[in-house]
Amino acid sequence: MTKTTTGGISRRTLLKGSAITAGFIGTTAVTGFPAVHADEPITLRYLSTATNQSPAIAAKAKEVTGINVEYVTVTTDDVTKRIITQPDSFDLVDSEYASLPNLIPSGNLMGIDAKKVKLVDKLATVMTKGEINGKKIGDQGTAPHKVFYLEKQRGKEFAKEQTEWITLIPTTYNADTLGIRPDLIKRPIESWAELLNPEFKGKAAILNIPSIGIMDAAMVNEAMGLVKYGDKGNMTKEEIDKTIATLIEAKKAGQFRAFWTDFNESVNLMASGETVIQSMWSPAVTAVRLKGIPCTFQPLKEGYRAWASGFGLPKTLKGKKLDAAYEFINWFLDGWAGAYLNRQGYYAAVLETAKENMEPYEWAFWMEGKPAEKDIHGPDGGLLEKAGTVRDGGSYDTRMGAVACWNSTMKENAYMVQKWNEFIAA
Amino acid sequence: MLEAKSRWTPYWQAAPLALVFLIFFILPLLVTFIVSFWTYTGYSIAPAFVSDNYLTAFDKCFSSLPDLCTTFRTYLSTLKFCFLVWLITLVLGFTIAYYLTFEIKTPTMRIVLALLTTIPFWTSNVIRMISWIPLLGRNGLVNQALMGAGITSQPIDWLLYSSFSVTLSLVHINTVFMIVPILNSMSRIDRSLIEAAYDNGASAWQTLWNVIIPLTKTGIAIGSIFVITVVMGDFISVGLMGGQQIASAGKVIETQITALQFPIAAANAIVLLAVVLMIIWTMLRFVDIRKEL
Repeated sequence: MTKTTTGGISRRTLLKGSAITAGFIGTTAVTGFPAVHADEPITLRYLSTATNQSPAIAAKAKEVTGINVEYVTVTTDDVTKRIITQPDSFDLVDSEYASLPNLIPSGNLMGIDAKKVKLVDKLATVMTKGEINGKKIGDQGTAPHKVFYLEKQRGKEFAKEQTEWITLIPTTYNADTLGIRPDLIKRPIESWAELLNPEFKGKAAILNIPSIGIMDAAMVNEAMGLVKYGDKGNMTKEEIDKTIATLIEAKKAGQFRAFWTDFNESVNLMASGETVIQSMWSPAVTAVRLKGIPCTFQPLKEGYRAWASGFGLPKTLKGKKLDAAYEFINWFLDGWAGAYLNRQGYYAAVLETAKENMEPYEWAFWMEGKPAEKDIHGPDGGLLEKAGTVRDGGSYDTRMGAVACWNSTMKENAYMVQKWNEFIAA
Repeated sequence: MLEAKSRWTPYWQAAPLALVFLIFFILPLLVTFIVSFWTYTGYSIAPAFVSDNYLTAFDKCFSSLPDLCTTFRTYLSTLKFCFLVWLITLVLGFTIAYYLTFEIKTPTMRIVLALLTTIPFWTSNVIRMISWIPLLGRNGLVNQALMGAGITSQPIDWLLYSSFSVTLSLVHINTVFMIVPILNSMSRIDRSLIEAAYDNGASAWQTLWNVIIPLTKTGIAIGSIFVITVVMGDFISVGLMGGQQIASAGKVIETQITALQFPIAAANAIVLLAVVLMIIWTMLRFVDIRKEL
């Protein structure tokens, strides 16, 4: 009985949702989420990395939708591993688009019904079409728009055209580059090639997650003019060999101080001055800066390596939990969470609603690349940037517009991992 | 009736432990062995009986000799650490155990000091290793002290993220595994044997070599097995302290598991197991643990 009620209300909300989508999107401040869950709270087990989780988001979701979010925190690789080996151990997953070529053929995720996602037409075009303001951006690797749609709900093939079945609903995405210590380098850095510049011998680092490390290495190789790639995100065996050869040569010459695999290691290396230039992630740069140590997320002329992650649903999810998952996704896109993520330096899936939930000066700093009018605070209230600073890499359009390639799963993945191990052992 | 019962008694008494071993040790090992012959894609593994995984593990290993292939180079590096760490922990462990047994007179003090040797275990492995970084790093305490004292003018790089730091941390973690079993067999040595050796005119070295060492052989062997198996399978210490630039057999397996290449990871695990078993088998040629326990 309760079940029918819930179903009915969800459908009604959805109808309302599509009406809004059809008409006037801009004005949808939380239009009455059903309060029916209040007496019988539903718990969603939300699988993702620590990066995508925040107690504040879970608390706000509970307040607005009545849904309990129970975070299951694992590493990036374990998200993939859990989806493939234990698809019943979660109700909602936040996974990287780059893993999809492995996830979709496993059949453990089901397509998300676009009709049930209210703001589906407002999802950033970077994700859905690979373009910003109608202009194409770099799409080497597993660019989200290549793996965005499925042919049918339980399909194992990606659709080339837009369909009503979406693989993942975007949560966050960003463009990564090299992190540097401007105080120790003391000159402008403009190219990925600098990572292997002998000037920084013994003071460079690369990340030891093969699928991402190889992309950074490819950016370096290409910048040095050593290898010309067809698609950096889908290399041939020969391209892999050449890329690894450059790395091995640099390693033997003592270029690298260390390799890192997790966020904190990269922060420690940079903050302690063990390295002055390295592959890095945006929040890690912020973490170094919060210690009062200068660190720049350096924009480079060859462009960025981008990544994106999004919500997926396990194939076994049904009934009230399925409705709750859609409700949570709709709430997530509604702006509060998007603003929260934008303030962490990531980008939200629906920009319009995130904007409504941010102060104009925050939006100007994070998204428009303008100097901060006031001090910029993180979502937890901590001071991130003083008034007057400009975000590294500038505005959304400049940063995402300069994407050169995306994190990916290559066809030659097994061979790549084998060669990567060779590099580590060299 | 009574006889029949007593005949079966030892079996059911051993059954619970046997069951635990069966479920948590034999079965997983068996599964690992079976899976090592399967085939895989990025998202699935399929039952098969192929030797591809083993062939990949030893790819070009024999054709490229005398150049070492990845697998040989990895094992050589792991074995090098294993030998160094074993040697240092043995000398350290033996000396400490000797001191505790023969130099400390009161049993209370002996217990207190023995417990002190377990201090490295009061925090987690990872925290223990992370704390080396502010000590040995380029801007760490040691370098600051050396430069402050005018001994060096530039920070010494090889203190951290090097073979040195890997060996240091492994010794730090594993010495206690050597101390405890050696202490155990040493404390069981009958003091009258030592007095007899002394009365017969043996020098201190002769007593050590001909009386104490032979009688602590079991402890040494057990300690060695602990240390060697831990070091052979370690990838966390080697990874963190080696700046992940030093390969280890465990890390190779971990990378493959992460890439969802379970069958080849299983094959490498079986190879690692075989290597460790061979080392232990060789050691047991010298000491019959069962006889001397």
